[in-house]
Amino acid sequence: MSAPNKSYDPVEVEALKPEAIERAQREALTAIAEAADLDALREVKAAHAGDRSPLALANREIGALPPHAKADAGKRVGAARGAVNKALGARQQVLEAERDERVLVEEAVDVTLPYDRLPAGARHPLTTLMERIEDVFVAMGYEVAEGPEVETEWFNFDALNIGPDHPARTTADTFFVADGSRSDAEGAEGSGLVLRTHTSPVQARALLGRELPVYAICPGRVYRTDELDATHTPVFHQVELIAVDEGLTMADLKGTLDHMVQALFGAGMRTRLRPSYFPFTEPSAEMDMVCYVCRGASVGDPERPCRTCSSEGWIELGGCGMVNPRVLTACGIDPERYSGFAFGFGIERMLMFRHNVEDMRDMVEGDVRFTRPFGMEI
Amino acid sequence: MRAPLSWLREYVDLPAGVTGREVATKLIAAGLEVETVDQLGAGLTGPLVVGRVLAVEELTEFKKPIRYCQVDVGDANGTGEPQNIVCGATNFAVGDKVVVVLPGAVLPGNFAISARRTYGKLSEGMICSAAELGMGDDHDGIIVLPPEYEPGTDAVELLELRDEVLDIAVTPDRGYCLSMRGVARETATAYGLPLRDPALLDVTAPGEYGPAVDVVDTHGCDRFTARAVTGVRPEARSPIWLQRRLQKAGMRSISLAVDVTNYVMLELGQPLHAYDRGRIEGPIGVRRAEPGEKIVTLDGVTRALDPQDLVITDDSGPIGLAGVMGGAHTEISDAHDALVDPVSGQAEGTRDIVVEAAHFDPVTVARTARRHKLSSEASRRFERGVDPQAGPAAAQRAADLLVLLAGGTAEAGVTEVHGATAPRTVTLPADLPDCVAGVAYGRESVVRRLQQVGCDVSGTDELTVTVPSWRPDLTDPNDLAEEVIRLEGYENLPSTLPRPPAGRGLTEAQRLHRRVGRALAGAGYVEALNYPFLGDAAFDRLGLPADDARRRVVTLLNPISDEEPALRTTLLPGLLGALRRNDGRGSQGAQGGIALFETGLVFRPGGDEPAAVRLPVDARPSAEEIAAQDAALPAQPLRAAAVLAGAREQHGWWGAGRPATWADAVEAARVVAREAGVEPEVVADRHEPWHPGRCAALYVEVAGERTLLGHAGELHPRVTKAFQVPARTAAMELDLDVLRRASPGAVPAPRVSTYPVATQDVALVVPEAVPAVAVEAALRSGAGDLLESLRLFDVFTGEQLGAGRKSLAYALRFRAPDRTLTAEEASAARDAAVAAAVTATGAELRA
Repeated sequence: MSAPNKSYDPVEVEALKPEAIERAQREALTAIAEAADLDALREVKAAHAGDRSPLALANREIGALPPHAKADAGKRVGAARGAVNKALGARQQVLEAERDERVLVEEAVDVTLPYDRLPAGARHPLTTLMERIEDVFVAMGYEVAEGPEVETEWFNFDALNIGPDHPARTTADTFFVADGSRSDAEGAEGSGLVLRTHTSPVQARALLGRELPVYAICPGRVYRTDELDATHTPVFHQVELIAVDEGLTMADLKGTLDHMVQALFGAGMRTRLRPSYFPFTEPSAEMDMVCYVCRGASVGDPERPCRTCSSEGWIELGGCGMVNPRVLTACGIDPERYSGFAFGFGIERMLMFRHNVEDMRDMVEGDVRFTRPFGMEI
Repeated sequence: MRAPLSWLREYVDLPAGVTGREVATKLIAAGLEVETVDQLGAGLTGPLVVGRVLAVEELTEFKKPIRYCQVDVGDANGTGEPQNIVCGATNFAVGDKVVVVLPGAVLPGNFAISARRTYGKLSEGMICSAAELGMGDDHDGIIVLPPEYEPGTDAVELLELRDEVLDIAVTPDRGYCLSMRGVARETATAYGLPLRDPALLDVTAPGEYGPAVDVVDTHGCDRFTARAVTGVRPEARSPIWLQRRLQKAGMRSISLAVDVTNYVMLELGQPLHAYDRGRIEGPIGVRRAEPGEKIVTLDGVTRALDPQDLVITDDSGPIGLAGVMGGAHTEISDAHDALVDPVSGQAEGTRDIVVEAAHFDPVTVARTARRHKLSSEASRRFERGVDPQAGPAAAQRAADLLVLLAGGTAEAGVTEVHGATAPRTVTLPADLPDCVAGVAYGRESVVRRLQQVGCDVSGTDELTVTVPSWRPDLTDPNDLAEEVIRLEGYENLPSTLPRPPAGRGLTEAQRLHRRVGRALAGAGYVEALNYPFLGDAAFDRLGLPADDARRRVVTLLNPISDEEPALRTTLLPGLLGALRRNDGRGSQGAQGGIALFETGLVFRPGGDEPAAVRLPVDARPSAEEIAAQDAALPAQPLRAAAVLAGAREQHGWWGAGRPATWADAVEAARVVAREAGVEPEVVADRHEPWHPGRCAALYVEVAGERTLLGHAGELHPRVTKAFQVPARTAAMELDLDVLRRASPGAVPAPRVSTYPVATQDVALVVPEAVPAVAVEAALRSGAGDLLESLRLFDVFTGEQLGAGRKSLAYALRFRAPDRTLTAEEASAARDAAVAAAVTATGAELRA
């Protein structure tokens, strides 16, 4: 390198000759254009734009020039370096884009590969169907009431106007709890406890334990002495509802049922009441809902039979009625002032017709192949 | 109750074209559960005629006796010549009248009749049995008709083969519909037509000369009518119309006297009993049975009587179970099955009959029927309530029919024993039905409907209603409201929605229950709802010691299976059963594992619960009485449990899988606890049915008390073997009630520092027996407030550590809320943490 030239006139500096700068720029641009990949470009950059590159060396010589020549030479060298850097940048972009394109293609995978590393869980459809029904009523202002499954006979029967000689109160229908202190036949029914045969005792508990008015829905597990087969199970689930307020009518019962089936089965659904008999309601009714599959179109049309309703047009839901004033009395509620309605139905049955379950045992046995498809909600 | 339409028409003038289905629809709307409408004789086409057997040739070359008959069928075959018919029955003789089906006819079941060769002869038709004509399943050969019918008479009409029968399931409140009279009344009302009440008869007034009756127990029997019919012909048989009505109603024809009593019962709903007067010794009595007494009932069973059984007696003792079944000794015998008198050689059937029409207490009859497991047509009616006023008419009707059909003489003396009974009246506001229904019917409609039911009604705003004797179920104002509303039509009720007060939504316990289910399902567990029944065998399989509290169970008196008489005290046996089922069926697929969970009640009696008393129902029980009811119940805590076996993660193209272990079970417990915002304290424990070295007890703090939440870990190898589930099956079970009480409630929001984190790793060597949780607790306590988080990232054992020692490697993250920590500050905090661990657990810092 030449030393700074301050004391004497300009001398010729070979590296700063215009031809030399032009040549260096030309060679640099050619090398850049010819760099095939980013590694080559990195070498090109070192050779043509690095500290030891001709243009960098030339730049350092500028100081050796006499002052009047510096500006001119600086302009030339600066222009050349600018052109080279620009070309480098442009080539860098091109080569990076090419690299990205190639590499991401190489990284491609078969996204259709199955991934079942972790098992899928699910909740039982009986649970989620009960919750769905609860939600319909909770949205209306009802509260969910629960109670014990081993229940006293008074709550399960007497308080509901089911007297001591009612046929349901026999071992043919009801599971009785044996009296632990007496094992002989004499003490047979002495414990006064049963497995609740319906969720109605929760209604009585709600009436005794809550302030009026009471609007409650009672879901839960109940027991009757049936053997398990395709359509029966000794352990099943019910949802019951009770509303006690001033001025409640059968029309309110009908409207509430209509609302429920619309919420669960869609717009246009409705219910039908048929007179019936239950000790804890008076008047009492059986409730049916329009078949949500055929909407009654299959009735009398052998061309379009409906499996869901057996071409009856209606599906039996359960029992309902106005709370028997005797039940209100047993719960200390003045039947002259208050009235109420109640209904109840089986969840297994509803699941069977809502989801076309053909065999009760599928809901009982806990086979994951049955339950898994129902997921988290129903 | 099976009600033939043809029989209904005898009491109600239904329009000619009305079908059984149309009547059924009307009756269903009125509250009768018509289950089916049987179409009798559907598909039956004649010719089907009366024939007279002219000649019989016995064909003996076959395995069974075959008869080749010539039968006079009048002009029904178009020629008037005898018809040649092969017949396999032998219960007829030359001259008998039989039912002949001719070629071209079709019998029920699409059975087309044609002339065909059989047994070497051409058979031009068939002589029919009752079964072949759809008249019942009586297989005693062919029908032999009474002699009075002319050959060629149409037998379809004669035998009333075409009919519709409504099969009605009668609810307990409608006992009166266990009679044609009751069904006819509902039909008449439904069609707005008058009823010809079959109970409106000329009844002979009671007098002194009737059969002697002594009713001792007037509570069990408040009405007893007895009368005698003498001189009946024992050989008299029930006419076809009577037999057919019984058959259509579902009863068999037995003998004329019995058929008559059954017929009157079907017609009027009053069960009757007929005694052979010659076999009754002394007066008829009604009393409770005495200890040790026995009776042989009509079904041939000897029954030891209970002192609560109401019995009919004579001087010899009980001769009938009142309202349930008569005794064999005084049974009517007709000429066909009577004993042959050894002196005269004559068959002596019953000639003198005493008819009993009594009214028995429903509860007494129900209990006796239940006690002796003997449900009869009579007991079914008495249990549901028989019209107490129907006795005299029923006895009259039976006497009339016996006189008409068996040639007897009704004796003038009629015995009538009854207590003083006044008709029941119920008062109700005239607008009660309107208020109950939410419909303005108006007083006029209310009164009209009540009158249709059979009530007498008086009063204006307050109605005084005298209910008919056949409706013992009508006792309360709402009963009458129901009558009005059902007759006005439930289908006409409007649909309105009540306006409940604003609700509070689900309780925290209910929300927690739902969250737990979602969390476990989200973690890959599938919910199973298992039966809660189990027996000692399940506890043995769990390996529970003899004195384990879980063996103290609620036992059922009448379990489904004697092997499983108790209620679960733990959810695990049910889940393990479901796990075995899934495993056995290969439900998990080729590589997968099975993970199941359940939430539900378990039943934990304390053993000292008092018996539950039956409270009165006429007023609200006191708070103490309700508390006593609850005290009688066993504890019924809500539990959550999970079991898992096989692969927790499947192997596949991504690499190796991972088997389910004890750690997954503990994690499942944490997943559940997390839903309550609780991080349980985990402690090593030994607790059946878990592996003694792989069992964690989980504790939480409830109101300041350290409380057991449950257990988790790997099951004992003997347990997995006993339950036939895969080895290394893991399980957890928690008490959700405890968890809910441990929930801290509202979460205070953390302050999030944005200053940089300082991370420090430490490896501590401790003896094997030191639980990781103790090391972690010591580190936390020593690290102070600057510690943001701490995580165990490695556990290492090896020779270089020496036997019985392990190295635990922790990552500690420090951060201050208000500044960037210096390296010195972070190191000091770490050193303090290590020092605490060294002091507490004897740990050594690993170089």
